[in-house]
Amino acid sequence: MEDLLKTCLYDRHEALKAQMSPFGGFIMPIQYSNILEEHQAVRQKAGMFDVSHMGEIFVSGPDAEPFINHIFTNDIRVMPAGKIQYGMMLYPDGGVVDDLLVYKLAEPDHYLLVVNAANIAKDEEWIRNQSTGYEVCIDNQSDRWGEIALQGPEAERIAVDVLGLGEARDLAFYTFTDTAWNGAPILLSRTGYTGEDGFEFYAAPEVIVALWDKLIESGVTPCGLGCRDTLRFEVGLPLYGHELSAEISPIEAGLGMFVKTDKEEFVGRDSILRQKTEGTPRKLVGIELTEKAIPRAGYPVECDGEVIGEVTTGYQSISTGKYVCMALVNRAYAETGRSVSVRVRKKTFAGVICKKRFYDKNYKK
Amino acid sequence: MKTVEGLYYSESHEWVKVDGEIAIIGITDFAQKAMGDIVYVDMPEVDDEVSAEEEFGAVESVKAASDLISPVSGTVTEINEALEDESGLLNQDPYENWIIKVQMSEPGELDRLMDADVYAAFCERQ
Repeated sequence: MEDLLKTCLYDRHEALKAQMSPFGGFIMPIQYSNILEEHQAVRQKAGMFDVSHMGEIFVSGPDAEPFINHIFTNDIRVMPAGKIQYGMMLYPDGGVVDDLLVYKLAEPDHYLLVVNAANIAKDEEWIRNQSTGYEVCIDNQSDRWGEIALQGPEAERIAVDVLGLGEARDLAFYTFTDTAWNGAPILLSRTGYTGEDGFEFYAAPEVIVALWDKLIESGVTPCGLGCRDTLRFEVGLPLYGHELSAEISPIEAGLGMFVKTDKEEFVGRDSILRQKTEGTPRKLVGIELTEKAIPRAGYPVECDGEVIGEVTTGYQSISTGKYVCMALVNRAYAETGRSVSVRVRKKTFAGVICKKRFYDKNYKK
Repeated sequence: MKTVEGLYYSESHEWVKVDGEIAIIGITDFAQKAMGDIVYVDMPEVDDEVSAEEEFGAVESVKAASDLISPVSGTVTEINEALEDESGLLNQDPYENWIIKVQMSEPGELDRLMDADVYAAFCERQ
């Protein structure tokens, strides 16, 4: 455990007696009270997460825009400052280096890339290796930033009333603003990974610690990575390593809308174009079991006694009580309504292919 | 972490209470704490054969499934049906809420298990 990194909020998690576990190279809180209560706090009121493990890589310079557009699947040319885009960085074969957010900062030619904790070093190396011939400065500031996600239907009220951030009220989904809290600069972003409305605050570690204390004091439920996963899963959001990976393309994962093949060039474009025209052998689907059993990542999906794929994430949905999973299956079996089964230990359990969103998102548009 | 005197304990965190030739089997307080909220118990059926050190079912928390390993060999005589609807009983009182009862075929297997003190020390090292 001694090689694991600690976030700036580590002492706070210890004081709250959180159950801690390794995640993405960090020692992170999995739960404080229990996953069910924390999950429901976010769906019904508000909860907050330490997401300081996420990586912050800044890209700037005269070629910043064409460079990011070269390594990113979405098209940042259409973005005004203050806007955020979701997308992926791809390998030439269409596999995913990482999925990330790109923030277009107020200063011209400055961008912030927010990447997955487990991929920070790999991403930085990848980005640097792609930058030959582009006049850009790549600055990995991950260890100088803390981040808190405040999520849930009451997030806006808390940001405004408790934190005094009136600008939160007018911030549209997937936009951000540079502001100040307690006299210190923070980046206030209307984003999240739960399917609920909410904000993510980026700031220096000492500011994040003070912000955490203020939110705790006002009664916001601290939430661990356990319910972060159950929340994102229910609304069909992918997790790198499960629904996306070097071996799973965004087309297979059903995320083609974030891959702009009308851009003339980006790494992986040829492979993606081929996948779009020819179709992929596999497709990510939802499966709802009609019998009581919990399908977990890695369990085989079967049809007529043959293995046709495997589960990528599965739970008994906390919001609906249903036994559901996302699974990567042979395309020939992927149509909605088809009967399949999932092998859970020694037995198989019947299920039906369905949409991979098991609970409706509740974003503020 | 709580242990109960007079029970036998396995390294995979099951307990056994002996009642004549019947072994009553459950999971320990250490196990339920480590798993968190238990949402489902996958149990064998009555008359199924179980073998010592082999899987006989699983306990599922919100986040993961943990295999149940039988501490003894024999035939299942009873399963705790209350757990089918209320698996959280294992969190509330893991020693009161047993999972299966087994007619032992090799009672000598009990000698390989730990007593409460040895098990408590074993958990300290986990």
